[in-house]
Amino acid sequence: MSLITTLARLEAVHTGRAQPAATVRHRHLSDRPLVFVPLTTAGEAGAPLGALVGTDRDAPHLLAVPQPRDRDLRFAFLAELADIVLPYVEAYAESVEAAERTETDPETGKRVKVEVDLCADAAQLVVPSRAGVDFVRLLGRSMRFRRTAEQDPETPHPAPPRVPLLGRWLTHYGERARVPGSSLLLAVTDLLGRHWATGQSTLEDQHLGALLAWIAPDGAEGATGAEAARRAELARDGDGQLLCPPAGPATDPAFDNKLLAPAIERYDRARTALAAAEDGLEADERLGALTAAEREIRALVESRTRPTWDAVWRGLDLLRELPEGAHAEERWTRDRWSFTSHRDRVLAGEPPQPRRDDAVTAANKLATREREQARLEAQEALDDPLVMAGRRLAGEAFAGEVVDVVMAYSESKRPSPRPLVTVRTDDRPYLGERVKVYRSLGGKPQTAEFVGAASSDDAPEDGTLVLRITDRMGRGKEPEAGSVPEKGDLVCFTLFEHEPRGGAKLPDPEQTPWTHGGPPGEAASVPEAADAQTEEDVL
Amino acid sequence: MDKGSLASALGSASVFGQSQFAFTRGNAFEARVKADGGAELLRLVHDGLDRGAEPPAEATVHLPDLSATGPEGRAARTSLALREATGAAGAWTLLDHPMLALEVAGSPAFLEPDAVVVHPDGSWTVVEIKSFPMLDGSADPAKVGAAARQAAVYVLALERVAARLDPAPRVRHRVLLVCPKDFSNLPTASAVDVRKQRAVTGRQLARLTRVEEIADALPEGVCFSPEQSAEELAAAVEAVPATYAPECLSACELAFHCRARSREAGAVTCLGRPVRAELGGLSTVEDVLAAARGEAGDPDDPAVAALRRAAGLRAEALAAAGGVTGCH
Repeated sequence: MSLITTLARLEAVHTGRAQPAATVRHRHLSDRPLVFVPLTTAGEAGAPLGALVGTDRDAPHLLAVPQPRDRDLRFAFLAELADIVLPYVEAYAESVEAAERTETDPETGKRVKVEVDLCADAAQLVVPSRAGVDFVRLLGRSMRFRRTAEQDPETPHPAPPRVPLLGRWLTHYGERARVPGSSLLLAVTDLLGRHWATGQSTLEDQHLGALLAWIAPDGAEGATGAEAARRAELARDGDGQLLCPPAGPATDPAFDNKLLAPAIERYDRARTALAAAEDGLEADERLGALTAAEREIRALVESRTRPTWDAVWRGLDLLRELPEGAHAEERWTRDRWSFTSHRDRVLAGEPPQPRRDDAVTAANKLATREREQARLEAQEALDDPLVMAGRRLAGEAFAGEVVDVVMAYSESKRPSPRPLVTVRTDDRPYLGERVKVYRSLGGKPQTAEFVGAASSDDAPEDGTLVLRITDRMGRGKEPEAGSVPEKGDLVCFTLFEHEPRGGAKLPDPEQTPWTHGGPPGEAASVPEAADAQTEEDVL
Repeated sequence: MDKGSLASALGSASVFGQSQFAFTRGNAFEARVKADGGAELLRLVHDGLDRGAEPPAEATVHLPDLSATGPEGRAARTSLALREATGAAGAWTLLDHPMLALEVAGSPAFLEPDAVVVHPDGSWTVVEIKSFPMLDGSADPAKVGAAARQAAVYVLALERVAARLDPAPRVRHRVLLVCPKDFSNLPTASAVDVRKQRAVTGRQLARLTRVEEIADALPEGVCFSPEQSAEELAAAVEAVPATYAPECLSACELAFHCRARSREAGAVTCLGRPVRAELGGLSTVEDVLAAARGEAGDPDDPAVAALRRAAGLRAEALAAAGGVTGCH
């Protein structure tokens, strides 16, 4: 956390309200995001209890599993989820525009431009918190290796038809969420925490209710953020239930023990009674009891997810009030490429993502994340003066006024312009001789190198720097108009690159060196087996 | 002392609790791992830690009865069973829920590991059974870390028992963590090296202030009974110094109480330990803000100078964003 953010947090403590930590929105928000608020069963891996999901804030779909340990009910839940999520995703996958991509021609080895389809927009998934992102990943993992009856008629417990496909999409979203700056799968707590500084620690910011209480407290007028946040964290009703249920997917133990467990027990009893019914009349009556028990559990699930659902939409409203950062759209285009390439893999009939990546894929993913992290840091600074202020404080950028421009030329056969620009700044950048600095000129970076501190008589104070501009001035002897700053201009140079370059290209998987396990060979072409299932899965 | 009820009496009830679903599932899993006289568990120990030894399926396996009255009795019974098992070379011994004693801050604490296994070569291994899943060979690092710290305490306690034997048997520093595999209920295991956690815990235990010393420092007549009024209790709790940090929230029942006190005092540590480190000698919110505004503080102090620059840059950036965006 930079000192500027710390200061913002302290101001938040002082004023009792969250303070801005960004002046623009650094993530793309879709006009029609799919919000997903899942709940899970405590102690079980990948046993959903229920969820609210949908694109309409006033009409979410409520899904519930009345007995989370029952495999058939779990499959019914996942099938229902697939029926909501997949049509949403596929609507985006179908609408494409033409785009160009550079590829290596396999025959000539040359880099050529090819025309490909790029999805015009991508489906965006929004979950309440980081734990929700992990849960999406977990759900994806639990589904993508399942076999449907069509794929494998022998499988003892076939999954509903579209469930493995949903697993592959959720896995892709979970994986993409690990790329810095990506917006395919977003957690509202992360988004709000990026744009506001609250008067509590980042640990406490993970609580969506408490975080919102600092940013936009509702109800009690005049309450400070700290009081409102405490209420969100701890206040309970007469029944001992939290007024602001946790954003999930984990539920509050008091809810599990006092409300959910008895309701599930009633459901189990009603089901046993129905199975034991001896005639139609009795069965009808007991079916009624079973439906009532199921409805009760659905109501419980809704009561715990609806407050979070509303909080997510409120968070999105707050974020939409900020103007989108200039580079957010460019990063979203990368998300669209990622979305399109997964769509293509699915269409091409490729197998689901493996349990473990091979060496080349893993190295590629790591390199992508590192490159995107550097890109994100640079772009956020360029888009947002508040972020740039942090970099200036850290000595990684400086802003100031141009006090002098002297024309000079390079000493080659064809002299090119190398003007010397003197900048007065109050910042203290860490500059060594010939260190390259960059400024944004019409959206493109212009490079200059540091010559030294000015020592002329009319600028005796330190903080006056001489820079030599080295590019983006056109081909002629005279620099193009507007390409060299003029006296009196306000300029901002950074010490970091604006468009960080990636590392060297990695070999194809078939060329994996022996140090990294060698080429995948035969083993990789065998499709991965489904997860082993035991009778105990149904506990 | 029951810190949970103390916190409730103070009006800052803790949020800890376990769902009965998690409890049932955890117990069912542990029972499954230990079923059939621990055959599955010993197979996992053999595969994961001691492949050179004779497989437990073919060797003699002892399952000593550890029941006794009271924790002291059970701890004594455990020590005895461990000695016997170490003497009986060539056999596997599984101690189900042994009881170990460890001195913490001058007073004995009793610990109950899920299981301890004595190998045929006489060495001892701590087994920790957890119900979080191991997905594709990896588990949640935070949970594994917590399990490793817990197991390290058991290793330390076992070493105390071992030190009393002659010759002292080896307590293995690799413990066995048993978890459900993927989404199933089948156990899978992984050996976890706890040398680091053991060293850290050992050092912390040696440095802990003894309970008597803390008690001696308290004023006469301080009482922590939850039956007192909230004010009396608050005063009593106040008598014990505490340094709140946000990490306390996930570990201590009294954390919300301490947080409220810490916020009242305006301590910057409320925002996290790194914040405190960044601000040099300034420890309260008011001090920091006054220094940043230039109303107080020594401008030659690097922390104060940095704060003023930060405040200036922040104000400038916010003003710029209010008007025309950008600084280039």
